[in-house]
Amino acid sequence: MPCIEARGLRKAFGTTVALDGVDLRVEEGRILGLIGPNGAGKTTALNAILGLIPYDGQLRVLGRDPWVERERLMCDVSFIADVAVLPRWIRVSEVIDYVAGVHPRFDRMKAAGFLAKTTIKHSSRVRELSKGMVAQLHLALVMAIDARLLILDEPTLGLDILYRKQFYDSLLNDYYDRTRTIIVTTHQVEEIQHVITDLMFIDRGRIVFGCNMEDFESRYAEVTVKPDRLADARALKPMYERQLLGRSVLLYDRVDRQQLATLGEMRTPGIADLFVAVLGNAGGVTEAGSVQQQYEGATR
Amino acid sequence: MTTPPQSVSDPFRPSPPAPSVSASTRPFYWSVRRELFEYRSIYLAPLAIGGVVLLGFLVVLIHLPKNMQRAMTMEPMAHRHALAYPFEVAAALIMAAAFIISIFYSLDSLYGERRDRSILFWKSLPVSDFTTVLAKASIPLLALPVIAFVVTLLVETIMLLLSSAVVAASGFSVADYWNRLELYQTMWGLAYHLVTVHMLWYAPLYCWLFLISAWSRRTPFLWAVLPPFAVVIFEKIAFHTTYFLGFLNERFSGGNEAVGGGKGNMLDPDMHMTPGPFLLTPGLWLGLLFAAAVLWLAARLRRRRSPL
Repeated sequence: MPCIEARGLRKAFGTTVALDGVDLRVEEGRILGLIGPNGAGKTTALNAILGLIPYDGQLRVLGRDPWVERERLMCDVSFIADVAVLPRWIRVSEVIDYVAGVHPRFDRMKAAGFLAKTTIKHSSRVRELSKGMVAQLHLALVMAIDARLLILDEPTLGLDILYRKQFYDSLLNDYYDRTRTIIVTTHQVEEIQHVITDLMFIDRGRIVFGCNMEDFESRYAEVTVKPDRLADARALKPMYERQLLGRSVLLYDRVDRQQLATLGEMRTPGIADLFVAVLGNAGGVTEAGSVQQQYEGATR
Repeated sequence: MTTPPQSVSDPFRPSPPAPSVSASTRPFYWSVRRELFEYRSIYLAPLAIGGVVLLGFLVVLIHLPKNMQRAMTMEPMAHRHALAYPFEVAAALIMAAAFIISIFYSLDSLYGERRDRSILFWKSLPVSDFTTVLAKASIPLLALPVIAFVVTLLVETIMLLLSSAVVAASGFSVADYWNRLELYQTMWGLAYHLVTVHMLWYAPLYCWLFLISAWSRRTPFLWAVLPPFAVVIFEKIAFHTTYFLGFLNERFSGGNEAVGGGKGNMLDPDMHMTPGPFLLTPGLWLGLLFAAAVLWLAARLRRRRSPL
C-alpha cells in the first residue's frame, strides 16, 4: 500500500485554483522533497493530506480519507506546520504531559532524552525560548511519536544555519529508519539535497516534475562550458543555459557523460538549478508538453 | 549486570496496534487539563476574589461582638441578616467572578487558538474537533460552577473559624452564633443556584459565545453583541415592540422559575426552591436544545478553520 495516493486532487479558494488536478503517489519509507515557488500549492497539498481542508478528487493517506478521519489518521501521522505553532503560554513540562496524555504512540522517555541534548529547561515557557529552541522542542515531541508519516512544512524557516543543520541531522540519525515516510517542503533546497530520496516540483497547483535522487544524479549533468566549445555544447540540446561569472553553464538531461566531459567542467546540478531550469521552461505554453513528458519519464 | 536501557528501540518489536480514540476518555480529560494550563484565571480569579473577601471580613470581625450583642435583641430574621450578610456577599461575589470569567473564556477560546496559530499544533494530535469543543464547553458549564462552589466553601469555612474565635473570645455562645447564621442554607442555595442558573439556564448563552468564537475572524465580542442588538433596534423601529429585548432580559436575569418567594435574591432565606416548575419551563429545554445545536455548529466550524 502506498503511504499517500492522490488522483485528480483539486482545491479552489473562491476563484483561485490552489491545486489543479494533482496526481501523487508516495511509497512508504521515502523522504520526499516537495519544492515550489510561493503560492504554488505546497501548503494546500499538505493541508489536504493532513485532513485540515476539504478537497475534490481522490486522496488516501495510509489507507484513510484524511478529511473524514483526521483524528484517527493523526495517530500515525505527525506534522510540523511551521516553527511558530507551539502555543507561547505553555510550559515544556505541560506540553509533554499533554501530548503523552492524548497521543497513544508518544514515548515520554524518548522526548526527555532528546530534550536532554538541548539546553531547554522543563520549567520554561515556550515564549521564553529562542526560535531555534522552539524548533528543537517541537522536533523532540514529534520524534518521540512512533508515527508512520511525518510532514514538515518549512520546518527550518527563520532558523540560523547551525539549528538548520542540526535539525536535519537529528531527523536522519534519530528518527528516519527506512520504514517511516517523510515529506518536507522548504525554500532552502540546497540543505535537503542529500537528505531526500525523492524530489517533486509543484507549480501553479500542478506537479510539474518528479524523480528519485538516484535518477537525478544519473540523468542530469551541468557543464561549465569552455568558450570555444559553446556551439558544440548547444548542439547537444541543453535543457537550460545560464551565465555565471561570464561563462556559460548548460544543464543537460540524459546526455552521454563522456561526451559532456569534453565540453568543460561537469558536475551534478543542485536542486535549485534544476528547479530554475524546469520552471523557466514551463513558463511558455509550448514548452509545457515537454515538461509533462519529463515528469512522466521520471515517474515511469 | 544491569537492566538494559529503555531507550534502545528493538527492531523486532511489533508496532503497537492503533488504539481506538473514541473509546478512550483520556483525550477529553487532557483537553480539559490543557484549558486549565492556558486559562489559569479559571481557578486563580475566584481564589483572588476569595482572598479579597477574607481581607474585608477582617474589618467585619472588629464589629462582630457589637453586632452579636445587637442580634440578641432583634427578631430572628433581622439578626440572621445582620450576621449572615458577609457570608452571602462572599458567595455572591465569587459566583459573579465565575460568571464573568465564563463569558470571557467562552468568547476567547476558539478564537485565541486561531489567532496564535496554535490550532495547527492541536490539530496535529489525535483529538477530534468534537472532543476539543466539548472539553472547552465543560469549563463554563461544569468546571467554573464547581470551582466557584469549592472556593466559596473554603472561604466561608475560614470566615466561620475566624468569626467563631472572635465570638467565643467575646463571651458569646458559638453554638448560638452558628444557629443564627444558618450557613447550610447559604451553601445549599448557592449549589442550587449554580446548577439551575449557571449550568442549565446560561448554557445557551455560553454556547452562543463559543459559536461566535469559532466563527469570527476578528473582534468576536462585537459579533457576539451587535447582532442581538441589531434585532432589538430593528424590532423597535419596524414594529414598535420590544419582545426580543424582553426575551434577552429574561435569559440574563432568568431562571426565576427555579425559586418561589424571596426578593429575587437566590440566597434570600425567604425563597424556596421549586425545581419542579423550573424543569417544566419550555424556555429551559428550548435553551438547552439551542445550546446543543450551536455547540455542534462550533465543532463543525473548527474543523474547517485555519489560523487567522
